[in-house]
Amino acid sequence: MSFLEIRNATKSYGAVKVLHETNIAVEEGEFLVLVGPSGCGKSTLLSMIAGLEDVTSGDISIKGRSMNGVRPADRNIAMVFQSYALYPNMNVAQNMAFGLEMHGVPKEDRDKAVAQVAELLQIQPLLDRKPGQLSGGQRQRVAMGRALVRDPDVFLFDEPLSNLDAKLRVDMRTEIKKLHQKLGTTIVYVTHDQIEALTLSTRIAVMYGGYVQQLGTPKEVYDNPANMFVAGFMGSPSMNLFPAKVAVENGRAVAKITLADGGTGTLPFADGNAMAEHDGRDIILGIRPEAITDEDGADRNSNAIHRIDARVEITEPAGSDTFVVTQFGGKEVTGRFRADVDVKAGDTFPFAINMEKAVAFDPKTEERIG
Amino acid sequence: MSTNASSQIIRTGSGARFVIYTILALFCLYYLLPLYVMVVNSLKPLSEIQAGGMMALPGEWTLDPWKSAWSTAQIGVAATGLKPYFLNSILMVVPAVAISTVLGALNGYVLTKWRFRGDTIVFGLLLFGCFIPFQMVLIPMARMLGLMGLAGTVPGLIFVHLVYGIGFSTLYFRNYYEQFPTELVRAAMIDGAGFFTIFYRIMLPSSGPIAVVCIIWQFTNIWNDFLFGASFSDFDSQPMTVALNNLVQSSTGVKEYNVHFAGAIMAALPTLLVYIVAGRYFVRGLMAGSVKG
Repeated sequence: MSFLEIRNATKSYGAVKVLHETNIAVEEGEFLVLVGPSGCGKSTLLSMIAGLEDVTSGDISIKGRSMNGVRPADRNIAMVFQSYALYPNMNVAQNMAFGLEMHGVPKEDRDKAVAQVAELLQIQPLLDRKPGQLSGGQRQRVAMGRALVRDPDVFLFDEPLSNLDAKLRVDMRTEIKKLHQKLGTTIVYVTHDQIEALTLSTRIAVMYGGYVQQLGTPKEVYDNPANMFVAGFMGSPSMNLFPAKVAVENGRAVAKITLADGGTGTLPFADGNAMAEHDGRDIILGIRPEAITDEDGADRNSNAIHRIDARVEITEPAGSDTFVVTQFGGKEVTGRFRADVDVKAGDTFPFAINMEKAVAFDPKTEERIG
Repeated sequence: MSTNASSQIIRTGSGARFVIYTILALFCLYYLLPLYVMVVNSLKPLSEIQAGGMMALPGEWTLDPWKSAWSTAQIGVAATGLKPYFLNSILMVVPAVAISTVLGALNGYVLTKWRFRGDTIVFGLLLFGCFIPFQMVLIPMARMLGLMGLAGTVPGLIFVHLVYGIGFSTLYFRNYYEQFPTELVRAAMIDGAGFFTIFYRIMLPSSGPIAVVCIIWQFTNIWNDFLFGASFSDFDSQPMTVALNNLVQSSTGVKEYNVHFAGAIMAALPTLLVYIVAGRYFVRGLMAGSVKG
């Protein structure tokens, strides 16, 4: 049995089902990120693990013990909230010690534990201050400290970085990752930021509409999205999704794409045999921006680089890269070119497409077909 | 905050300013006049008032009217002064304010952070209680107090004011706690704090402004109440307001205006004191949550 196990857990408010049958098993030391847009059920699931919301049906267990009906205080979990939720009337040390005090830990041990964690997070100078006197980043640290001091089985993070400014967010992200590597704790982390999900997690559960759309390592989720939602949600800029038609040429399957000038582009599938069975079928082709490049920028290790000449609509220099927009199948498609590539809007330019990274979806079910 | 405030002031020329301050000064004078009359006349012998010098400063300063009003004046049938009734009022107002404030805070806490089925109906009924006219409950309340054996006692008066006060104090605290982040309560739950621990360790310490508003409101209303005091008290449990009325009504022979003035100031003093001590929190508390920052 896994360390934290969610079995067929659902949540309904009256007739509204906000979380459908969910099964996730988390091993000890894992960093699971629940990611998805607002209202996808990720925060509800976290609250259910914390015991702040009841499980409508199914079961959640930690260390083999079913948590149904167990009070949040008795689950040996700690949670970091989006608003930090520091008690405004207590100073930092009291905030951190409050949970221990409530669990009947003697004052001496409390002080020792607080001092230890304060050193780990380098917040010793803040211990006497009230939360109102701290900056956002400091509050964030204290909130983590309050969780760490309890030494719980599972840490729960509810969008902990979303109230920080962009630069601080990146710093704190690194810090959380370091902390996880150092302490080897089990973490369930909720965010709507897919970059946070990819950088922090050992596994990601992408959620949408109350369903777990895909559960896998960051690489699996990024390279092999299970459906169009996952493909579009993960990655920035997001994956290009455009209509194409499967055809068979010389015994190998190819994707036929309508170009902006009315011509047709041909892209052979890397796995031409497997796709051959879909001959004649309309599909949605998914290719990430970094797999659409200028010819010199193409991945040299790939055996499936194919060239298409297409008209450039817009270029967006972004410092390290230049994003180049064209149209495939009537949809805007973004390619990630090298920064100093000489390309102008209106030019017809050779695009190098790495078909090893291409995925295909059914346009109706939006599920992956190859 | 301070930079904000100064940027909101409209700058005016010195001429306009002179006019504004003159008008303000006149209004001040107008509103302070009754207080002046009361203070001045409470400090002069009766003969000076009878001579017709209501507005004049005392020719002979004396504290005798105050001493008389406090300890020797005729109230009803006994010449006790206002002292015992002042004590009655204190004995009534302190527990009534304290208990209704604490219960209001508890109600507000439950109605916002421990929602249950029908909580809005409960709150609606409590609110409704705020707006029931006092006169309507006199007879049923008299019957209730009789059944409880509290008729004509100070605890009976405390009970009546408590029942009336809870509606308002609940309203104040509920609206205040509505703004209070629920994540704090959830964090405390995970930390292992129970229902009452969260209340007095997390919620109450952050309730200063609204508690002040609630205390001032309750204190003023209960202290100044005349109707319940007159209806539900006996001679030995009458509050200050009723005794003041009796002082003024029961003077046989000459009306001792200077003693009446002194007694009236005494009756008003405690509320005045509460306003001065806690008043600056009053506006702050009433405005709390309405503006961010």
